[in-house]
Amino acid sequence: MSLDHSFVGRSYPPTAPYQVGREKIREFATAIGATDPAHHDPEAARALGHPDVVAPPTFPMVLTMAANRQLIEDPDLGLDYSRVVHGDQRFAYTRPVVAGDELVCVNTVEDVTSRGGHDFVTTRTDVNTTAGEPVVTAWMKLVVRGEA
Amino acid sequence: MELPTQTFRVTRADLVRYAGASGDFNPIHWSDRFATKVGLPGVIAHGMFTMALVGRALTAWAGSADAVVEFGVRFTRPVVVPDDDEGTEIVVSAVVREVAESGLTRLDITATCHGEKVLSQARATLRTTR
Repeated sequence: MSLDHSFVGRSYPPTAPYQVGREKIREFATAIGATDPAHHDPEAARALGHPDVVAPPTFPMVLTMAANRQLIEDPDLGLDYSRVVHGDQRFAYTRPVVAGDELVCVNTVEDVTSRGGHDFVTTRTDVNTTAGEPVVTAWMKLVVRGEA
Repeated sequence: MELPTQTFRVTRADLVRYAGASGDFNPIHWSDRFATKVGLPGVIAHGMFTMALVGRALTAWAGSADAVVEFGVRFTRPVVVPDDDEGTEIVVSAVVREVAESGLTRLDITATCHGEKVLSQARATLRTTR
């Protein structure tokens, strides 16, 4: 069953604010082996002009993956998550995420296509501070494999 | 211009640590039983873990943790991580496609595992002047 193409352009309500913790950034950086002092030491981050430790480039996925549950669990969209594969991922940064940020995600369905028995859903997640300052935009393309 | 190749070792322990730190607990990244049941050869790395390693390569090349302006990949082939001490290896290289006057450098990235590309359309833009 192919997905409802009328979802293109639909936005979801903003998510509850996510408080970015210094220890969470350190934990994430350690998990990926990122030893740059700016991820761990607030002084090193301040030397680069940031108020606190800087998150690695793919850190926003921690928030955006959780935020994307809005779509995955939307019964009207009808995504069968057991058949979903992560196809593409892209980030465009206004600035890096830093400890102390309070971030809100807004999900928009950018594209729904069907090809070769598979469905493709592209979502855009705009990540802003609670004060409305843009931080990063993430695009994710999910491939919903057709039933064999 | 080609940038120096960077190599990252990936073991099962790394996947467990990444699952915890990222919140992605999909069992295909830690259970052979589950992974083979859904048709995979075994436990595979999170695509986002591979992307995170490429992100490390980017910040190392740029010489700064905050230099990445844009970063995108397509996941084309799973990275199978065996349950042993060696795990597997991801090799990341890049060529400079463009150095813009605005101080932005655009890269085309290649990431391989056992000589086979695991990403396509992997591109990044780095801010190379402060």
